[in-house]
Amino acid sequence: MNFAVLQFPASNCDQDALHVLRDVLGHSARFVWHKETSLGPVDAVIVPGGFSYGDYLRTGAIARFSRVMQEVQEFAANGGLVLGICNGFQILCEAGLLPGALIRNRSLQFRCEHVFLKTFTAGSPFTGRIPEGKLLRVPIAHGEGCYFADDEMLKLMKLGNQILWRYVDAAGEATDAANPNGSLDNIAGICNARRNVAGLMPHPERASENLLGSADGRLIFESLIHALETKTVAKAA
Amino acid sequence: MPKIIATDSPGVRSGFATDMKAKIIITPKKAVLDPQGKTVQNALAQMGYPGIGAVHVGKYLEIEVTGDPETVRKQIDEACHKFLSNPVIEDYKLEIID
Repeated sequence: MNFAVLQFPASNCDQDALHVLRDVLGHSARFVWHKETSLGPVDAVIVPGGFSYGDYLRTGAIARFSRVMQEVQEFAANGGLVLGICNGFQILCEAGLLPGALIRNRSLQFRCEHVFLKTFTAGSPFTGRIPEGKLLRVPIAHGEGCYFADDEMLKLMKLGNQILWRYVDAAGEATDAANPNGSLDNIAGICNARRNVAGLMPHPERASENLLGSADGRLIFESLIHALETKTVAKAA
Repeated sequence: MPKIIATDSPGVRSGFATDMKAKIIITPKKAVLDPQGKTVQNALAQMGYPGIGAVHVGKYLEIEVTGDPETVRKQIDEACHKFLSNPVIEDYKLEIID
């Protein structure tokens, strides 16, 4: 599969994402600079973490208007798979590709630690390969990861099974103590109604090799790849 | 209240470039968690200031702009909605002065 990993000024998880896709999972991946006017022949787009444009104004607010994002909008409108991680999640929310917004952590602190994620919607291109009941142990590293959506939107998201992951404790309970940033309903990651665009604050690309203490994040990329492969097979048949 | 300049008012000709300043105040929506405001509120109370209620921490922007006043207002208002604030979490007030 061919992946595009976007690069904005001050992206800093782009190399990690490319490494996982290329070296760990053996797929083809290339960087796409924010000024580029085409994504090239890609099967999926990764919007990586970082502090694009210094997080000026609001996180993701400026990146969302960069040239390449016009291409991402079009790619997503045509059903292409897009995954935003951390700042990438913030950018996708600002772009209106995902509902809601990410605001300052409840504690006002930058939180950098491992968390547990529980998958709440199994049948998506981003979660399809995650075994039922499996908790993912992945790191977070953000100051503005508190997910917010208004009541009406949250209701719609629940109805549409758009909540992909919640922060839970080691026993799998979505408690307040397990919520690292004050996110509404312990939400860690969501997808759009059409289920081709997803975003999450935790970093699966930093937990995709046993050497790094956890390889659970790989399951998210493997889900994505599996969804693309089955789509390709369906297309070819 | 924002100062609205009618293009037919004396001294202002439509289509005539005027130097103005847009002042924009952005505040978190009531329903949105505002930990900064809460922390400042607690600090003020701890310092002994009496009667302190809810505090909201927002942003203030000043934009120098030249153009036809009516067009400028329309364009800056659009920019506020589309880019300078995020309507999901923030409200804004726009004032344009000469």
